[in-house]
Amino acid sequence: MTQVSDQARLEAGPRSTVAEPSAGRTSGAGLAAERVRWSVAGRLILDDVDVTAPPGAVTGLLGPNGTGKSTLLRLVAGVQRPDGGRVSLAGTASPDPVGAPGPSGAAREDLLAMPRRRRARTVAFVEQDAATELPVTVLDAVLLGRTPHRSLLAGPSEDDHTIARAALERVGALGLADREVTTLSGGERQRVHMARALAQAPRVLLLDEPTNHLDVAAQLATMRLVRELAREGVTVLAALHDLSLAAATCDHAVVLAPGASGHVVAAGPVEQVLVPEVIDPVYGVRTTVLRHPRTGRPVLTFEER
Amino acid sequence: MTDAPTASARTTRPSTSGAAGTLSRGRLLVWLGGTTAALLASVVVTVAIGPAGLTPSDVAHVVATRLGLGDLLGIGAPDTLADGIVWQLRMPRVLTAAAVGAGLAVCGVVMQSLTRNPLADPYLLGLSSGASFGAACVLVLGWTAVLPVAAFVGSTAALVTTLALASASGRGAGGLSPARTVLAGLAVSQLAAAATSFVIFWSAKGDQYREILSWLLGSVAGATWTSVAVTAGAVLVLGTLLASTGSVLDAFTFGDTSAAALGVPVARVRWGLLLVVALLTGALVSQSGAIGFVGLILPHAVRLLVGARHRALLPLSMLCGATFLMWADTLARTVFAPRELPVGIVTAAIGAPVFALLLWKGRARS
Repeated sequence: MTQVSDQARLEAGPRSTVAEPSAGRTSGAGLAAERVRWSVAGRLILDDVDVTAPPGAVTGLLGPNGTGKSTLLRLVAGVQRPDGGRVSLAGTASPDPVGAPGPSGAAREDLLAMPRRRRARTVAFVEQDAATELPVTVLDAVLLGRTPHRSLLAGPSEDDHTIARAALERVGALGLADREVTTLSGGERQRVHMARALAQAPRVLLLDEPTNHLDVAAQLATMRLVRELAREGVTVLAALHDLSLAAATCDHAVVLAPGASGHVVAAGPVEQVLVPEVIDPVYGVRTTVLRHPRTGRPVLTFEER
Repeated sequence: MTDAPTASARTTRPSTSGAAGTLSRGRLLVWLGGTTAALLASVVVTVAIGPAGLTPSDVAHVVATRLGLGDLLGIGAPDTLADGIVWQLRMPRVLTAAAVGAGLAVCGVVMQSLTRNPLADPYLLGLSSGASFGAACVLVLGWTAVLPVAAFVGSTAALVTTLALASASGRGAGGLSPARTVLAGLAVSQLAAAATSFVIFWSAKGDQYREILSWLLGSVAGATWTSVAVTAGAVLVLGTLLASTGSVLDAFTFGDTSAAALGVPVARVRWGLLLVVALLTGALVSQSGAIGFVGLILPHAVRLLVGARHRALLPLSMLCGATFLMWADTLARTVFAPRELPVGIVTAAIGAPVFALLLWKGRARS
């Protein structure tokens, strides 16, 4: 890969001094959304939700439709402002120590109070089905990820081009660089969006249904990339529909449910969260958990109740 | 659409350069230089075209003398008649056409990007209908002197009404959405158009019909140096401001959410740019009436040539819009000479087929 600093930052691996890397409920490490509240038109969508995502791991955000998974991601990404609550990130090892450590003592940064552009250099968000009708090329689409890294009056620099190409190579889409985004298949487009997020060189990657509409091979490729990024120290929080895919690829899981007090039914390592006792009441199904004969990971099958 | 298998994705093909949409810095400079040269040449040529039988060198002669370069170049004073035709009649008209074309084109690009609606144009929020209503009122009353003021007031009132309507209906539902703003603009447009029709139907007589109709279709026939000052001044200040927002507009490529995730203050940018577009359009409309299709077609045509990146699209649209409207106006005053057409008829007559062609090409491509 390239020697460019941001790219190096992407690949530098975990930089925070995390005391308990496997703990699911730590509020001291990684990304933490605390008591987040959001309502629209008088309807409470998120009610005092606590969600944490440990650094260097993939956390699956699960739950039936309409439980506010997407909303929560949008709030964490700073696209929308929550009505209340706190979103913070631990382990500020960024080379530009602009933000002073919060009042809580530890080096936790308040993502909601962070200036927009700095937040966009910290958190990348891949939304669901982002599309365009404009004739933009794949490379230009990925270069958008460099927007928060440069002056809005300046065009993309040589470095930006190098980083964008590296990001495309990373997702296996360098060959598409000159294609127009509108001509891509769903799987190819998803890779381009991932590359755009990578070009942002984020410490936190938020994914909203990253495997939606993808065929099985594309789903696995996406999740493999996500796991690689996590291993390199990126904190990943992904809203997922497919519980089996979550069981196969996530380290941690958070299950949201409508009406549950605090919204969060269970949180922790997938093996502890994706069990019939949690899933059955939330989804109204009967779950059987098997073991994958080769990977040893849980495989979930469902029946109607 | 089917998903390509990703197993072979790691093997990367060598990239083919020069595909549509990618424009290197060098090629952008070539485009900018070429369109600027075309614009300047068009000024001289279109001023020369007409019944007086002037040549481009006569025009250059007058312009050089008027700019005080006569002594420097060692040329004598130009013919008085040529001077009058070039400097008093045609130059203000051609320059106004250029400024209006440039302004409408850049406003069109910004509106299409902000609303993510390929059918958007500078008049989308009811600006032209409001201006037309204001103009029709004063024309019927015979107060032609205050026409530009009335048109500007009308367009501003229409904009304020549109935005008030959009934000009132958007309260509690996620704020002001582009779709809601466009619909509110449509409502205000229709209302203002109905009011204009009523004014004409109720009280216009004789020549006023023709006068109002000509204004409704858009025309730069009556342009003076004051028109040049208003339109060119607005374009230089507000148009240049809009043309510098390339990176911000690029960030809207995949919508508001992705723009916000890239660190763009979406609401502030949208309101700020809408306001600038409205002011600029109001200033243009006050001088030329509502010339259609320039703000709609030019952005699409230029996008087809240089791709969708706004840093190239915005300045090139301005330059091409200026040249386009100069030539359209020249056609308007020469095709049926000595009768003149409102330039709006010409832009529509060229614009509609071009638009159909673009749609057809777009369908063939996707």
